[in-house]
Amino acid sequence: MDSAGEVVNDGKITLEGFTVAARAFADKWKRHNLSFPPWSWVPLINRTMLKKEEGYLSLEKIIILSSLEGSAEEESLDVTADWSEKEESIDHTVLVQNEEDEAHYYDYHIVYSASYMVPMLYFRGYSSDGKPLSLDVIKRDLPSSSVSLLLESKWTFITQEEHPYLNRPWFKLHPCGTEEWIKLLSESSSSDGCQIPVELYLVSWFSVVGQVVGLKIPREMLI
Amino acid sequence: MAANEEAVKYVWEGAIPLQIHLHKSEVASHPAPPPALVLAPRIGYLPLLVSLIKPYFKDSLPPGEDSIWFDYKGVPLKWYIPTGVLFDLLCAEPERPWNLTIHFRGYPSNVLIPCEGEDSAKWNFVNSLKEAAYIINGNCKNVMNMSQSDQEDLWTSVMNGDLDAYTRLLPKLKMGNIEDKFSRKADLSSPKSRQGGTEIDVTEQVVKTARIPVRLYVRSVNKDFENLEDVPEIDTWDEISYLNRPVEFLREKGKCYFTLRDAIESLLPEYSGDRAQTSGEEEADGSQETRGEIKLVRIQGIELKLDIPFSWVVNNLMNPEFYLHISVLVIGPQR
Repeated sequence: MDSAGEVVNDGKITLEGFTVAARAFADKWKRHNLSFPPWSWVPLINRTMLKKEEGYLSLEKIIILSSLEGSAEEESLDVTADWSEKEESIDHTVLVQNEEDEAHYYDYHIVYSASYMVPMLYFRGYSSDGKPLSLDVIKRDLPSSSVSLLLESKWTFITQEEHPYLNRPWFKLHPCGTEEWIKLLSESSSSDGCQIPVELYLVSWFSVVGQVVGLKIPREMLI
Repeated sequence: MAANEEAVKYVWEGAIPLQIHLHKSEVASHPAPPPALVLAPRIGYLPLLVSLIKPYFKDSLPPGEDSIWFDYKGVPLKWYIPTGVLFDLLCAEPERPWNLTIHFRGYPSNVLIPCEGEDSAKWNFVNSLKEAAYIINGNCKNVMNMSQSDQEDLWTSVMNGDLDAYTRLLPKLKMGNIEDKFSRKADLSSPKSRQGGTEIDVTEQVVKTARIPVRLYVRSVNKDFENLEDVPEIDTWDEISYLNRPVEFLREKGKCYFTLRDAIESLLPEYSGDRAQTSGEEEADGSQETRGEIKLVRIQGIELKLDIPFSWVVNNLMNPEFYLHISVLVIGPQR
């Protein structure tokens, strides 16, 4: 496949395209999303394809404050506000909490699916003692809008599956229909119906997927 | 090359004799129960054997609820991998019977995804089938459009190892024809391509890249060995690289000499014979890496010669969910 065909017109992306898109996404995030720590690229060492590097994006130890009663959604948005107010450098593992609140930590990985030719979001939650959170507990941390989306939609649902590289159970957001809504995004984003440039592929993808797990991206990233 | 009926029957009838021991921490009776002897279908899954095994041990179990899992020499077994693949991968020197330990308590949920018996095995099968369909056809409509009862029947035929029932149900699945991907040109007049190909664009078949569902399990050892029994035992799954990636190749008109070696090397280019040309990069200290070596390739328990046409391998040795599972033992690149 030639480089011009990196983002295939039908909303899918090649492995090479994913690597480029991932770097671009991580750069933009770092520049425009200061309320969060940056994503890191994790190369797959034992599978480096000669000159082509393979890997996935990782964002870890994101803290969501969850009160034991009441809705969690406001709390989760508050976390990001706290970060940007602090002048000192952010220690991502440190948490501000009062005695009623319980801290939940989340790790997110964006991994390429060679079968479906789209990115997939894997995530997991755990408490401060490292104990994994069940899906019921995790759902309470999600914005209430996405919980209803998950329940009603055929497209987005969460399953527990083995992480493709880490031999551990993670949760995965199902990719069904990804290429369809990416196609819709690319059609609506420009009048001449051009496809999304590869550098913006993951940004566009995440603008939808991130919302399901309560991670919003600033508009500046979409330019 | 088209699927050979006899070969497919051979695959479906393949089975592994298992000797299942109850984990000693769960033996609550005296004397301890003897191990259960079970013949496990290669294309089946461990959770499907529980109803056969449990009667041997139910009187020996401590009180409480069951959460069943298996281990081989301390390594928890991934229940969603077909039994034959687990055996080919974890036993360099085939062990007959294969000694496994069953646990009814203490499910290692930090390493194994949960398993609720047959339902989980079925869910895993249907999901894999959808993924394979997506790879072959470009969408999974054929699986989604199958009626619930047909899907049930398909799964039941796999559970029971009933090849006849499975073969009768296949036309309802409308899976794209894999044979056509290897053939010289799309044959419009053949009934086979019409049956599978109503939704497939003909030009796509002739021109584009063909994709074949493959799951590759690579076990890497550090030192060369004379005999398989010298291969060290496996300690954790971290020693195995799992690659769930389709084999892609450009269909060239009039030719298809794509071999099993070509297929594996496309997924593991670091073991490719051409590596000498491209790996001119030297290490910082001036030494060069010697390339690794593929020692053994096993599919359905058969050690295959790498020159066999890939089309034959796929058509005859794939699993019922349309995935070809390949176990590879390699000597890793040495520095």
